[in-house]
Amino acid sequence: MAQTSELDVAYVAKLARLNLTGAETQLFHRQLGDVLKYAEKLREVDVSHVEAAAHAVPIFNVFREDEPRDWFTAEEALSNAPRKANGLFIVTKVVE
Amino acid sequence: MSRPDLPALNIADLQALLRKRELSPREVLNLLRARIEELEPKIDAYLSIDFEAAAKEAEKADVNLSLGGVPIAIKDIISVAGQPCTCASKILRNYRALYDATVIRKLRAAGAIPFGKTNMDEFAMGSSTENSSVKLTHNPWDLSRVPGGSSGGSAAAVAADGAFGGLGTDTGGSIRQPAALSGVVGVKPSYGRVSRFGVVAFASSLDQVGPLTKTVRDSALIMNAIAGHDPQDSTSLNEPVPNYTAALGRDLKGIRLGLPKEYMIEGIDPQVKGVIDAAVKQLQSLGAEIVDVSLPHTDYAIAVYYIIATAEASANLARFDGVRYGHRAENPKDLLDHYGRTREEGFGAEVKRRIILGTYVLSSGYYDAYYLRAQKVRQLIRQDFAQAFEKVDALVSPTSPVPAFKLGERTADPLRMYLADIFTNAANLAGICGISLPCGFAQVDGHRLPIGLQLLGKALEEARIFQIAHAYEQSTDWHKARPNI
Repeated sequence: MAQTSELDVAYVAKLARLNLTGAETQLFHRQLGDVLKYAEKLREVDVSHVEAAAHAVPIFNVFREDEPRDWFTAEEALSNAPRKANGLFIVTKVVE
Repeated sequence: MSRPDLPALNIADLQALLRKRELSPREVLNLLRARIEELEPKIDAYLSIDFEAAAKEAEKADVNLSLGGVPIAIKDIISVAGQPCTCASKILRNYRALYDATVIRKLRAAGAIPFGKTNMDEFAMGSSTENSSVKLTHNPWDLSRVPGGSSGGSAAAVAADGAFGGLGTDTGGSIRQPAALSGVVGVKPSYGRVSRFGVVAFASSLDQVGPLTKTVRDSALIMNAIAGHDPQDSTSLNEPVPNYTAALGRDLKGIRLGLPKEYMIEGIDPQVKGVIDAAVKQLQSLGAEIVDVSLPHTDYAIAVYYIIATAEASANLARFDGVRYGHRAENPKDLLDHYGRTREEGFGAEVKRRIILGTYVLSSGYYDAYYLRAQKVRQLIRQDFAQAFEKVDALVSPTSPVPAFKLGERTADPLRMYLADIFTNAANLAGICGISLPCGFAQVDGHRLPIGLQLLGKALEEARIFQIAHAYEQSTDWHKARPNI
């Protein structure tokens, strides 16, 4: 298991698209360092023959009928949008 | 009809009055409103209340339905059409739900009236409700203490007679632990038993919706209404739902209860231990056989939980991008700035901490060491319970190792706060069901602080834990004690 000093909070924050202040970065490094150190105890467990449990109850391939039903109007779907115009969500510019 | 004591009734007793036409659902709502107005300045359990909409529901309520005319408080993570659903987060401050969650649709079909949204830790991340971005909720038994969390608003409201019953969500103990600390009954149903459609996702392999009530019977009544398959939640199980109230009243002859030896840890408060020991004796005197069992991987549950829950949370919370709903940063210079600042401004400290931890354990180079290993240990924890349930019908433990702690006491130390879930979060990892019910008090600083007894049952055996919990409850007076507020 990785050493806790490997936790680069600023890099991970970038992956998470989450800006942090310098103070938050330092604080989280210390606090999450404690948590990761605590989690090191999982290294004691022999898991070589164990299948990972992604869910508490394994269920696979759940289907339902692909039928149209009444749902939101476009206006309703946009009702919580912070910016909208002409029946569309406004997104921050992605191309120069 | 003037009945200032009416809000103290449990749901079953309230319904008896409603059905005898001794008072109307409208009168019930008015009396509850008066109680809440008196209470809220002290405990701050609610984030929003819509008595006008509730009054309209009350006018047409059919009191002969299973929850007919009963107002129910709803944790602010569950969608109620037309009402705010903020998850106590700044990022959803102005959000209004467009539709009813399946549990709300089912409550309404049973005649219940969802009338208000309760405070919680932001996105259900916490064990004290102190991570709400809006306000602190106070424990009705001692206002300087936490109500537990994350469903602390629903727990405090029910405990203080500011609600007849409530809904919460439980990802690692968020129904059972506040139920214990506030002195009410709380149920975490088995994974897949109750639909999560319309419930804001925190950790999708762990989250469940369940009731918080004054009595075991009331929780069974609410479970009768909300349990069952929902085609709109692919994780909900297509299994028949028993009548949970029908199981109540049976005695405990032939019931085998397991005491996990790994739960006898040093960190248990001596008063909690004393009360739980007495509760176990009481269960024995009711005819249950007490058996020692072992859950060998108990010591790993918290580490597994905080890796899996944060990993899933970091993925679920990616949807808060400031485009379709929620807060959006002003004048971003580009898309990365838009995302980065929207999320910086919208999320509180604990949510940020968990997003960072969850992103880290899923990131390239660390996935196998943390996330995959945690999933494997999770499998071993599941097997522990499966083996224990070959010998016993249910497991008994404290719900929380300590009674309610002081507001502010643990906020600076996240790891210490995480350890508050030590007896509860393995049940979520294993997908089994659990209940917490009042079983006594600790005396701390001149206050009586409630203690919760946890019963854990096999997946889909809610009826069994209701039966045991009800037999215990009816043989004691703990559930009748009310805070002096």
